[in-house]
Amino acid sequence: MRVTQFAALGAALSLTAMTAQAGTLEDVQARGELNCVVTTGVAGFAAPDENGKWTGFDVDFCRAVAAAVLGDGEKVKFVPTTGKTRFTVLNSGEGDILFRNTTETMSRDADLKLTFLPVNYYDGQGFLIRKELGINSAKDLDGASICIQTGTTTELNLADFFRVNGMSYEPVAIETNEEGITNYSANRCDVYTTDASGLASTRAALDDPSAHIILPEIISKEPLGGAVRHGDDQWADISKWVVNAIIIAEELGVTAANVAEHAAAAGDNPSINRLLGTEGDMGAMIGLDKDWAARAISAVGNYAESFDRNIGPDTPIGLARGLNASWKDGGILYAAPIR
Amino acid sequence: MSETTLSQPQRNIVSRLWNDKETRSIIIQIIAFAAIFALFFYMVRNAVINLEAIGKDISFDFLWQPASYDISQSLVEYTSRSSHFTAMIVGIINTLLIAVFGILLSTVLGFLLGVLRLSKNWVTNKLAYVYIEYTRNVPVLLHILLIHGLIVHALPLPKNAINVSDAAFLTNRGFFLPSPEIQPLFWFVLALFVMGIIFSIWFRSYAKRVQDETGKYYPVFWISLSAIMGFPLIMYFLLGSPIDWQIPELKGFNYKGGMVIRPEFIALWIALSCYTAAFIGEIVRSGITAVSWGQTEAASALGVSRGRTLSLVVIPQALRIIIPPLTSQYLNITKNSSLAIAIGYMDIVATIGGISLNQTGREMECMTIVLLLYLTFSLLISAFMNWYNKRIKLTER
Ligand SMILES: N[C@@H](CCC(=O)N[C@@H](CS)C(=O)NCC(=O)O)C(=O)O
Repeated sequence: MRVTQFAALGAALSLTAMTAQAGTLEDVQARGELNCVVTTGVAGFAAPDENGKWTGFDVDFCRAVAAAVLGDGEKVKFVPTTGKTRFTVLNSGEGDILFRNTTETMSRDADLKLTFLPVNYYDGQGFLIRKELGINSAKDLDGASICIQTGTTTELNLADFFRVNGMSYEPVAIETNEEGITNYSANRCDVYTTDASGLASTRAALDDPSAHIILPEIISKEPLGGAVRHGDDQWADISKWVVNAIIIAEELGVTAANVAEHAAAAGDNPSINRLLGTEGDMGAMIGLDKDWAARAISAVGNYAESFDRNIGPDTPIGLARGLNASWKDGGILYAAPIR
Repeated sequence: MSETTLSQPQRNIVSRLWNDKETRSIIIQIIAFAAIFALFFYMVRNAVINLEAIGKDISFDFLWQPASYDISQSLVEYTSRSSHFTAMIVGIINTLLIAVFGILLSTVLGFLLGVLRLSKNWVTNKLAYVYIEYTRNVPVLLHILLIHGLIVHALPLPKNAINVSDAAFLTNRGFFLPSPEIQPLFWFVLALFVMGIIFSIWFRSYAKRVQDETGKYYPVFWISLSAIMGFPLIMYFLLGSPIDWQIPELKGFNYKGGMVIRPEFIALWIALSCYTAAFIGEIVRSGITAVSWGQTEAASALGVSRGRTLSLVVIPQALRIIIPPLTSQYLNITKNSSLAIAIGYMDIVATIGGISLNQTGREMECMTIVLLLYLTFSLLISAFMNWYNKRIKLTER
């Protein structure tokens, strides 16, 4: 009796254990759901709305991948993580892909064993502070108490910045953006620092956004992008080209509204034809069908549509495209061609 | 059953072994041990395979790389250029700080509560009862968050700090206190203090000998106290207070100079102590009630004073009952200190088990270190308490 129980336990364990290896596409398709690692809540990027539905710029990329591989942008399970837990969650196989305001760095790529997808938001670290303090430059922050999320590039940049400028500060370690807002609102810290995009989102969530300013200094490069774990090149390729497809769709003027029409039959523009599978078979190269990109675009729209809907000038977050404008419009958003 | 098996020789042995109580227990132990070992082996193997699949190895070299992050509370020299190893030391010290201060405060509070619970005064008795029931039945994490929230939200900003006689300043960034700067003459005071301790140890055994021989009784406690505290204090003032106090001053955003106790430390310390004190209170109460009332009556019949009855008759016997469960409370406080993470207090889990882990991606290595550290602390505390328990054990004469 006892022995059979142990045997059953062992068998059950060996069934659940073989994860985290190649074959992510098969795993996801068999499961019928994409596990996407996101934040615990940064409005505009990834946060549940009032109906509990996850929305945001990062969320859109999760949905685009789900639409490409599963045919339905709703078939995503969101796995909220803090700055500290995100990579462990991804590497342990609990998540298939990560879109979490995450900066691509050499050590994360080579040492933490992540494969980064094309950058979907060019950012940099900034400082949020109360107007009434009358501070106009980050160089005047000597002695301040500063809220930082642990396990981020933010805390490393901050240590470097204060060291280089010969200033001191009190680091107030926090785990989530929400905790950051609470502590900053309660004046536990004078300054909240994180990616400028995250600051815009945070400021919008404060009681009186106009009472706070973001200091002019941007102290770091934060190329934010999705990531998958090392060891499954096919899955990395799929994820990478879905991101590229969303960016290219903007360049080609393909939108959620007109993608069906474009995908119905081949038109005059070979680039659009290749993207939407009416010419050649690009999808087969990554183990998908011809309509993979069309499905992704119809689920979330192109880059500009997702940007404007979630974080653009007409949203409470109010971010301008800036560096993130398409290269055709003077920005640096530039995706490798699909051919 | 035995009759049917008797006719079948192969089954016979198995069933005979099985029916023998001793061999059966050995067999079960072997099976259980093998199963646990197999499970353990299986999990380690699984981890190794998974790490290999993404190309990760196991290595502790990262400990010597610069940590690159700052820590708010550090008793040793630490900058963002220090190594992950140093960050771990900072974390260990911060954990021990909470454990030691928590054990001290919870013991004092706990004994107080235990005695109050036995008080004949209805009000104090019930107050202690309500406190214990409330505290024990709310998760300690909530206590921590509550106290932290209170400090951060209710106390003023540095520029409106609560000023305690121009020396200490209470703010929501922490309590800024004067820090001592020791002058050379202070060493005389310290020397006198050490001499006081040595004298007291000698005097104690001397007084006991005299009492055994002649029955003459010395007030050992008061004489020791004046030797350890009294004379050094007099010396201190005679030498003109050879400690300079550095008073914190408001500069820019915060106070500078002096020393600071951060809200995170205060919240964790107070919450853990108050929580654990409730348990200790009950342990102390039951320990004291377990000593039969007859003993107290016997002592008073012999004309022993109430205070001495307590300290010579009741407490020594109660301690034997109190110490073992008290040990597990001390272990709890040490382990619960890892809840520090909830408010960002930089203990072991937050430093080596948190930021270092995340920045280097060395999950296996960091978690092994954290595990071994807690194990070491727990074993040390247990060993000390066992030693103390043996020492106060009733010696049969
Ligand atoms: N880009 C930085 C920082 C990322 C980060 O933690 N950003 C914050 C603010 S934008 C965040 O996403 N918080 C999410 C949460 O609280 O769950 C990194 O990759 O280390």
